[in-house]
Amino acid sequence: MATVAAVVASTHHPFYYRASTSTAADRPPFADEWVAKIERFRDTLAAAQPDVLVMVGSDHFHQLWLDNMPQFLVGKAPFYDGNFYNEEREFGLPRMTLKGQEDLSTHILRNGIDAGFDLAFSNELRIDHSITCPIITLRPEADLPIVPVYTNIFAPPMPRPERFVELGRTLRALVESWPSDLRVAIVGTGHLSLELGGPRQFGPHGPDPEFDAKAVEWIATGDVEGCLREVTLDSLHTPGNATHGFMDFMLMMGAAGDGVAADHVDSLDLFHTMEAYFTWYPKDSELAP
Amino acid sequence: MSKYLLDKFLFTVDRDPDLVERYREDPAGTVAWWEEEMANRLLGCHSGEASTWLAFSDDERRALVGHDHVTLFRMGAHPFLTLTLFIAMFERDHGPLEYQRAYGAALSDLSLPYPDIAT
Repeated sequence: MATVAAVVASTHHPFYYRASTSTAADRPPFADEWVAKIERFRDTLAAAQPDVLVMVGSDHFHQLWLDNMPQFLVGKAPFYDGNFYNEEREFGLPRMTLKGQEDLSTHILRNGIDAGFDLAFSNELRIDHSITCPIITLRPEADLPIVPVYTNIFAPPMPRPERFVELGRTLRALVESWPSDLRVAIVGTGHLSLELGGPRQFGPHGPDPEFDAKAVEWIATGDVEGCLREVTLDSLHTPGNATHGFMDFMLMMGAAGDGVAADHVDSLDLFHTMEAYFTWYPKDSELAP
Repeated sequence: MSKYLLDKFLFTVDRDPDLVERYREDPAGTVAWWEEEMANRLLGCHSGEASTWLAFSDDERRALVGHDHVTLFRMGAHPFLTLTLFIAMFERDHGPLEYQRAYGAALSDLSLPYPDIAT
């Protein structure tokens, strides 16, 4: 059976690419520290020596739209082009093409449906910055095949946080039951507190630093129970109007395991929103301390 | 009132570079053309197929023609769609992040709970 090489959870900041590649007067003062943290984070994935990446993210009204909106969708295609015109326009993100791991997509779809998740699928999916940003930060070679998994954290009605956690647990079990010798990293991105298009956007910090501190603690310690006790669909409006993206972090906590502390924890307090990075290795891995 | 149709306008204009420029330069003409030609078009479907029932209310039309992001927010238009399109149209006229901060400041009268964005 396949091995879960690592579980990796991150924010996906679309400004990183431009900040990290800019020079001289264009380079923001926080860029060097940001790049240093990302490079350390990148090393945690490289050390796990993955062959395949399961990439959890959320389409930002690029390909998925309100006339036909899936809650959870798995890509099944030989290739995935990445990034859209309006992401080039606003963030300067580059176009890219990633290979797909179709047999793992088939396995996740068939067995995920049988496990109680009526997963939608796509045979022609263009991935957006929720998946290309972690490629840029964590695997800029863009050389590994992927299985994209999209969640709806954007358009109500959304699944509840418990459902995200459960999907994370199920995804891990599905990877572990995949008849393959390959090493699979499950990589997912979400948000801490975030406001987009509202009065609290683009402040000196994320809109709710107190929430961010609690969130980092829940994730770092694997405190699924404590997190679920406080976080509901309704409560997520309070830290910022785009904070439902935190449910993708909750999905990753489910994939990492209840009560399992992360082996790498880092964060960076930026304007607009806080960055946070987590890596878990399997218990029997020599990478785990 | 149709939050869905407001969102459909923002979504279809944002994804088309020519429409972004048309809406910036001629909001009244673009909104009138869009409602006539695009509002009922079924996206991701046989070309030429259209719905029969989608139209803006007067208030919605006025908010779009006025580039009035505050009223769109109050109406429950999806804030991500409004923000993305308005940055595309107006960031160029301002210094770094200046437009985004002014955009937020214009909404400073709003408090929680924000208008419902469910469609």
